[in-house]
Amino acid sequence: MYKIVYKEKLASGIWMMKVMAPLVARKAMPGQFIILRVDEGGERIPLTIADYDRQEGWVTIIFQEVGLTTRLLAALDEGDNIRDFAGPLGKPSELDGLKRVLCIGGGVGVAPLYPQVKYLWDNGCKVDVIIGARSKDHLILEKEMRAVCDNIYITTDDGSYGQKGFVSDVAKELLEQGNQYDRAIVIGPLIMMKVVSQITKQYDLPTTVSMNPVMIDGTGMCGGCRVTVGGEIRYACVDGPDFDGHLVDFDEAMRRQQMYKEEEDHICKIMGMEDA
Amino acid sequence: MALVLKKTPMREQDPQKRRNNFEEVALGYSLEEAMKEAERCLNCKKPLCVEGCPVSVNIPEFIQAIVRGDIQQAYKIICRTNNLPAICGRVCPQETQCEQKCILGKRGEPVAIGRLERFAADYCIERGIEEDVKIQPNGRKVAIVGAGPAGLTAAADLAKLGYEVTVFEAFHEPGGVLIYGIPEFRLPKALVKKEIGILEKLGVKFQTNVIVGKTITIDELLEAGYEAVFIGSGAGLPKFMGIPGENLCGVYSANEYLTRVNLMKAYDFPSSHTPIKHGQRVAVVGGGNVAMDAARCALRLGAGEVYIVYRRSEAEMPARLEEIHHAKEEGIKFELLTNPVEIIGEDGWVKGLKCVRMELGEPDQSGRRRPVPVEGSEFVMDVDIVIMAIGTSPNPLIASTTPDLAVESWGGIIVEEETGATSKDGVYAGGDAVTGAATVILAMGAGKKAARAIHEKLSRQENSHEKCDTLTV
Repeated sequence: MYKIVYKEKLASGIWMMKVMAPLVARKAMPGQFIILRVDEGGERIPLTIADYDRQEGWVTIIFQEVGLTTRLLAALDEGDNIRDFAGPLGKPSELDGLKRVLCIGGGVGVAPLYPQVKYLWDNGCKVDVIIGARSKDHLILEKEMRAVCDNIYITTDDGSYGQKGFVSDVAKELLEQGNQYDRAIVIGPLIMMKVVSQITKQYDLPTTVSMNPVMIDGTGMCGGCRVTVGGEIRYACVDGPDFDGHLVDFDEAMRRQQMYKEEEDHICKIMGMEDA
Repeated sequence: MALVLKKTPMREQDPQKRRNNFEEVALGYSLEEAMKEAERCLNCKKPLCVEGCPVSVNIPEFIQAIVRGDIQQAYKIICRTNNLPAICGRVCPQETQCEQKCILGKRGEPVAIGRLERFAADYCIERGIEEDVKIQPNGRKVAIVGAGPAGLTAAADLAKLGYEVTVFEAFHEPGGVLIYGIPEFRLPKALVKKEIGILEKLGVKFQTNVIVGKTITIDELLEAGYEAVFIGSGAGLPKFMGIPGENLCGVYSANEYLTRVNLMKAYDFPSSHTPIKHGQRVAVVGGGNVAMDAARCALRLGAGEVYIVYRRSEAEMPARLEEIHHAKEEGIKFELLTNPVEIIGEDGWVKGLKCVRMELGEPDQSGRRRPVPVEGSEFVMDVDIVIMAIGTSPNPLIASTTPDLAVESWGGIIVEEETGATSKDGVYAGGDAVTGAATVILAMGAGKKAARAIHEKLSRQENSHEKCDTLTV
């Protein structure tokens, strides 16, 4: 059992939890993820590690209520336990040696981006951050990001905060203005990572994206998380989750992400957990 | 007494009924049936059957106890060398081991050793009869990596010798392939839990959700005070064929398919929250036990047609005869001498499986005749789910984080045959992690050997870790 020691609502439908998991905290690195199961009979889902404290032994997860499992998780409170919590899984992001990086996060993807930005900043790298959300109410971690970067740019789809439009618009502007980076790190919805990767490709800017496909074990055993990268099959759980954004087959990944949509809708409906 | 040439039959669920449920197919012997079958044993002076058993169960002795009706004694005799008898009685390939060597097999059918083992174990477990073991704790700690057949066996043997044993398991439940791989209808999970419960009573501790190689490394286990480590992490990496269309929605590795069904209980969706695509027409590629298991699961999930697609002929199939027989009885169709060349999709979903007919040519390295494609024989099977059951290889997570652990190019951990000792001092390995995908009982045999070797080694050296850290999650 893994105790929730802190819970906070970050935005509409987006939650942050600190979970006591000393063995995971001891090893966690930016870019890695955990797999949890809320209760007996529950599904195993992967969530990227958003922060950790090795001394105190907690790991932070940030998640959006999108399906049954994330809704059941959101229903837990401080002091409650999560049944299973295993990790850290996946390869840590390769961040050492970078001098100037453009970090782009969309929606709840801002959460897994944060530990990478923080790590880069702590290691003397110059960091420009672009974060975006549907609206002001959906934007997360603005304050935390501001503390660990040189420049921050904010977009909302509806213009309720920051610049109206998409993170990809700002990325394009920054690159058009002649800003030079060693790398772009892009985390968010698949369509957003696809669009940004297309833009950075025009500028030959090496780009990593973080894939979050359907998984069961997270250790390379099921092969359900396979992604086509540069024409080859790779497993997001052990070969990733970070991949070269210029080589990922996003269209296939988007199709595979929809594989269980019918079942997910069905189970949410019968459990009375549909979108309001 | 005249020789009875046939085995006492074991009752089974009717094929037409069982193809619609996940309950156990084989129903086991009654006391009368077991005693009748036990009577067939000739109680040979030099029992060849024992030689055929990877864990050397004293077969004639336990069968004679059944003849006398002393089932508790029979169970005790088995448990002396086999820690998981109810499991072995169900999933061991007896026809190539103990029963193959049985002298009765020369004239008729061998003694049904597996069924008798199962009977003795079930009889005692149901009645709560336990093995009477006195353990003298020696205060020394051993870590086991992986709670599958190899790890469970090593853990039990070491616990009985007095070691403080902790088993680290990556999944949320111990059991390994017994839980995630072998389906409920062949090996009820409640039974696996009971046999694991018996290990807990021996003092074995289980730490689930620990991925050795990620959460903790082998070196860290040694530093934390474990004097020896046994790696029984299995062969969990699925293989794909490398043909076009394998990333379409509706294509599964057998590992994923079986894990969803067995470990995650997707057959019980939505009570269990893990979904699975049911499919109307399912093709399973491969000819081993895993392929049979996947096909029979697909049938039970409601598929109208389920096909086994295998590139050689039935004679070369690696699956146990009983599994092939059961699959056929349930209505699974066999497309033999057939090899997939492409999975055809529509809107990202499986629409068909393009195959080519094969014929058998000259023998290959395995001694089996090599299948070669028949030119121009391509055809398309109309299916909506394709399951790849063409084998697995060892997981590299441990090897990649243990630099001084020698492995084969294909990933198998290199060990000394007789002891399971690896290239790294104090570290042992066995089961599929060493051999590649094999059987439950061979893994158990390897766990047993390693336990013995660990005990011999540690008995020679003094307790080097008086103060041990205890790792807790």
